[in-house]
Amino acid sequence: MITAGIDIGSITAKAAVVEDGNVLGTKVIFTGYNVETAARKVYGELLAELGLPADAVERVVATGYGRNGVPFADKAMTEIICHAAGAHHLMPEVRTVIDIGGQDSKAMAVDHKGAVRDFVMNDKCAAGTGRFLEVMARALEVNLDDFGNQSLLAPAPAKISSICTVFAESEVISLISRGEPRENIIAGIHDAVAARVYAMAQRIKADPPIMMTGGVAKNQGVVKALERRFGSPISTHELAQVNGAIGAAVLASGI
Amino acid sequence: MSAADSEKPRKFRAAKRMREIMTEYYIEAKGAGSTGKKVAWITSGGPVEPLIAMDVIPVYPENYGAMIGASHMGGDLCAKAEAMGYSTDLCSYARADIACARENGGPIGGLPKPDMLICCNNICGTVLKWYETHARYFDVPLFIFDTPFCHTEFPDIARKYVHRQLDEYVAFLEEACGRPFDLEKSSEVGRRSLEGQRLWQEVLDTAAHRPAPMTAFDAFFFLALIVTLRGTQVVVDFYRELLSEMRERIEQGVWAIPNERFRLLWDNLPVWYRLKWLSDTFASHDACLVADTYTTAWCGSMKYIDENDFFGSMAEAYTRIYLNIGVDEMAKTIFSMIDKYQVDGLVMHSNRSCKPYSFGQYDIMRMVQEEKGIPCMIIESHMTDERSFSESQTLTRIEAFMEMIRQRKGLRS
Repeated sequence: MITAGIDIGSITAKAAVVEDGNVLGTKVIFTGYNVETAARKVYGELLAELGLPADAVERVVATGYGRNGVPFADKAMTEIICHAAGAHHLMPEVRTVIDIGGQDSKAMAVDHKGAVRDFVMNDKCAAGTGRFLEVMARALEVNLDDFGNQSLLAPAPAKISSICTVFAESEVISLISRGEPRENIIAGIHDAVAARVYAMAQRIKADPPIMMTGGVAKNQGVVKALERRFGSPISTHELAQVNGAIGAAVLASGI
Repeated sequence: MSAADSEKPRKFRAAKRMREIMTEYYIEAKGAGSTGKKVAWITSGGPVEPLIAMDVIPVYPENYGAMIGASHMGGDLCAKAEAMGYSTDLCSYARADIACARENGGPIGGLPKPDMLICCNNICGTVLKWYETHARYFDVPLFIFDTPFCHTEFPDIARKYVHRQLDEYVAFLEEACGRPFDLEKSSEVGRRSLEGQRLWQEVLDTAAHRPAPMTAFDAFFFLALIVTLRGTQVVVDFYRELLSEMRERIEQGVWAIPNERFRLLWDNLPVWYRLKWLSDTFASHDACLVADTYTTAWCGSMKYIDENDFFGSMAEAYTRIYLNIGVDEMAKTIFSMIDKYQVDGLVMHSNRSCKPYSFGQYDIMRMVQEEKGIPCMIIESHMTDERSFSESQTLTRIEAFMEMIRQRKGLRS
């Protein structure tokens, strides 16, 4: 059976097509202003790349904050259950999933079947999210894709104590004006994100193995900072950013 | 959409009667100036019975706070208080009420001016500064009824300390009203207060029936009378009527959620400006909030009341209320409610406004998961400040919570 998952996040829209457990293809575009347009576009382009007609796909599940704005989906499910299902699909031994997306971060405890045992989400504040990193990258004039690797070169990470994005930005600016090396500031920012996410994840029983999903999983600086906090390795997957869409496609086969 | 979605829940007959009683109550309070009756502003957990016995009209800024929240006026009023210099971290009832007192801007054109203020700190510490502010502004006497925190027990020294304040309270009222306290009348008020609390508990107990004839959202509505007018006959008569309506619903098979599949327990105050949205959202999952710790608080310390000596025993009853006990004691109350109402999950409102209620919730949540093995979720907001609520985040949490419950029960999501 061929199924699809569409994950509409605050920054990017993702699509995945799965056939009997095998990921046939994935696609990521910017969400932009219109959720439905983004959903149709990312899905249409992926089907075209795979050379699949729309009717070859038996069921579609939408997820992410824009999940209820995808009219062609058979069902909407939360990103929490989809990320858990996706992570379980990519790495069945995973017991904790940490997902840091554009506007929120969450941690999920997952059982041996990929079902969510417990979850916790950040509050409304943007600290500890992809948006926080975006704001900081802009303040430091660094391309977001280079952000992670730059911090790995830091000799002495700076200390960012504010947990609020706005206050942290002014803290970063004062560090810049004091001549703090850029790498140290970036490493400090990653550590601040990791500290916040780690504290949040403590509210659930975050057992290893831990996997990180969502767009921020591409940032090795955050992954390493989280590993230091948790004191255990954190797996990522090349499909981490589209993990929610994969989970949605996997769950679509069971509805 | 199932067929049940189109079935509108039947309205409660008692709702109309309650609105009438509340309207009459506020008309009387607002007209106190012309009838010569005194008005006392009192905290929601405060000992109101002596006021009723002295024929003083009790007025509750917190009940008013709920009205402000439900009429979506909280955000503007809180912003006004912030402009006056009050912190955004302060309780949204306090902010909205302080702004209203100065501006007369809220629902029903503001509360009637107080002749005296009665502040009992069994619910929180914020009320002390809140009422002191009012005392300075209105230039009226303030009585502070100080109830020591009871981690596990109520030692003799605390009993004596609180008891002595009851004597001082009576003296304060005699002075403020210019007449002696009537002991005979006060024991009659005490008897009616206890009767009202018993009936309110019985009303809430009807939701133990599967399916439930009422939800916590109904309880949030019907709560107003046991808070504001306990000790009066009208409250006793009203809850007797409401109880018979609940029993009638059970007999006739009228359920709050027509296809009740999941039963949930709510913790903390309601999100007043989102009652309908929350109620509809849970109902769309066939989930019924069958009970809550909040409305139960107005009958939760009945076990300490001696019906033959209400005034002698009220020191203990007013001190050992839900918000004035330790986290372990609170958890025990929640455990017993989970069993009594056969609950599948716990919804905790982490209410930035109410620190004593929200403090310890994460610990209680862990205890519930370990002891009862049911899933829990957290909703974050200020109960009366709609600017603090994020709909999409809350919706994601509720939907994920319901998916988790279904997965646990082995149901298809």
